[in-house]
Amino acid sequence: MRTINVNDVKAAVSHACIEMNYEIDPKVLAAFKRQRSLENSKLSVNILSDLIENAAIAETYKAPLCQDTGMIVAFVRLGQDVHFEGGSIENAIQEGIRIGYASGYLRKSVVEDPLIRLNTGDNTPGVIYYEMTEGECFEIEIAAKGFGSENMSKSMMLKPSDGEEGVVAFVLETVTKAGPNPCPPIIVGIGIGGTLDKAAQISKKALFRNLGEPHTAKHIADLEQLLLKRINELGIGPQGLGGLTTALAVHIEVFPTHIAGLPVVVNINCHASRHQKIVL
Amino acid sequence: MDKIKINTPLTESICRKLEAGTEVLITGTIYTARDAAHMRLLNLIQTGESLPFDLEGQIIYYAGPSPARPGEVIGACGPTTSYRMDDLTEPLLRLGLKGMIGKGQRSPNVIKQIQTHGAIYFTAIGGAGALIASRIIKSTPVAFSELGAEAILKLEVVDFPAIVTIDTHGQNLYDHHTKN
Ligand code: SF4
Repeated sequence: MRTINVNDVKAAVSHACIEMNYEIDPKVLAAFKRQRSLENSKLSVNILSDLIENAAIAETYKAPLCQDTGMIVAFVRLGQDVHFEGGSIENAIQEGIRIGYASGYLRKSVVEDPLIRLNTGDNTPGVIYYEMTEGECFEIEIAAKGFGSENMSKSMMLKPSDGEEGVVAFVLETVTKAGPNPCPPIIVGIGIGGTLDKAAQISKKALFRNLGEPHTAKHIADLEQLLLKRINELGIGPQGLGGLTTALAVHIEVFPTHIAGLPVVVNINCHASRHQKIVL
Repeated sequence: MDKIKINTPLTESICRKLEAGTEVLITGTIYTARDAAHMRLLNLIQTGESLPFDLEGQIIYYAGPSPARPGEVIGACGPTTSYRMDDLTEPLLRLGLKGMIGKGQRSPNVIKQIQTHGAIYFTAIGGAGALIASRIIKSTPVAFSELGAEAILKLEVVDFPAIVTIDTHGQNLYDHHTKN
């Protein structure tokens, strides 16, 4: 049995909220630089240069990369031999978000009731998923999700006979309809299988993977590569103003599903891909 | 083409010379307004009350910045998606608004009104909030401060980077590449 004080969780969460909003994912920065050398229009090159400069300014002046500092989504992996002291784990995570968003001068973008729409004023609650595992492990994967891109995400219950072709067509349709709105270059998270909700959950989880890291199953990794190529052939380009770089990566997660179904969810993330892994 | 420097306020003749695809650096005064502020402005227009600032020749920037740190002018301040303001735009163009800065497509009616009134739709880079903030030298609250990040701010900007996206000739940079 291992004991963790929830105050340590709180501190780690608030630190992560601030750091991920100020510091660009080094892999995204590397992808901007690589794509800039491939783009052939001056406008696309200039947009990628501006995004590179944006990251440098954010880090130097401790300003957020983007003013939409997102809604927090966290996946907690919790070993069954871990015991918490000092309060509830859920409250500690929410309190960590509250402290991080206040002390980091981050924008509070969460409304209490989706219809009445009063701002909660502290960016809580975050959306938190718990996954139980064996042993004494405790990890939180945490992200700040912007809504320009979240709003362009879509789900579809395909027929089993639609197969891979149906998945490809649905993903391309979703990215085309999104156009400039999710601030391309984007990262495309795709969940295939499970139930409607499971597909949505793993499409989000896919966005946490290290940028461009392939799926471990070869046929899924191949599908990721095929989709990335087809998406970039759409010509949407940086900011939707034309060019070769529409997506920086496609990440797919899969889950067993029912004989009668083929659920697919496409969760789009913008280039402001802010996520971190906390291990205590 | 190199980036063109332009100053505010804009006039119809300046706007009519700008072509979609041109990158510009804007210097002068611009005003922030997004969803909630637009609805307030439209209410004032409908009830015949005076607006918190004169729209003639002005540029509205669809943006809701993150909070400023003590001693800083403003927090991150990139554009928000423009389509949500589409149905709220025409009355402002009628009152002399000459420029809008946002990101993403506009409706056919906004594109038509831009031609009629000789205005310009610029886009700024979504997700470049820190870079854009570094080009803002002063920020003054003008109205609706109770709206928080959605309040109207008067911003003094120097070399604010934007792209002429929909021009007075009906050219739309977004269509341009999808046709190709
Ligand atoms: S979609 Fe992403 S980059 Fe664009 S404004 Fe929202 S958070 Fe920022």
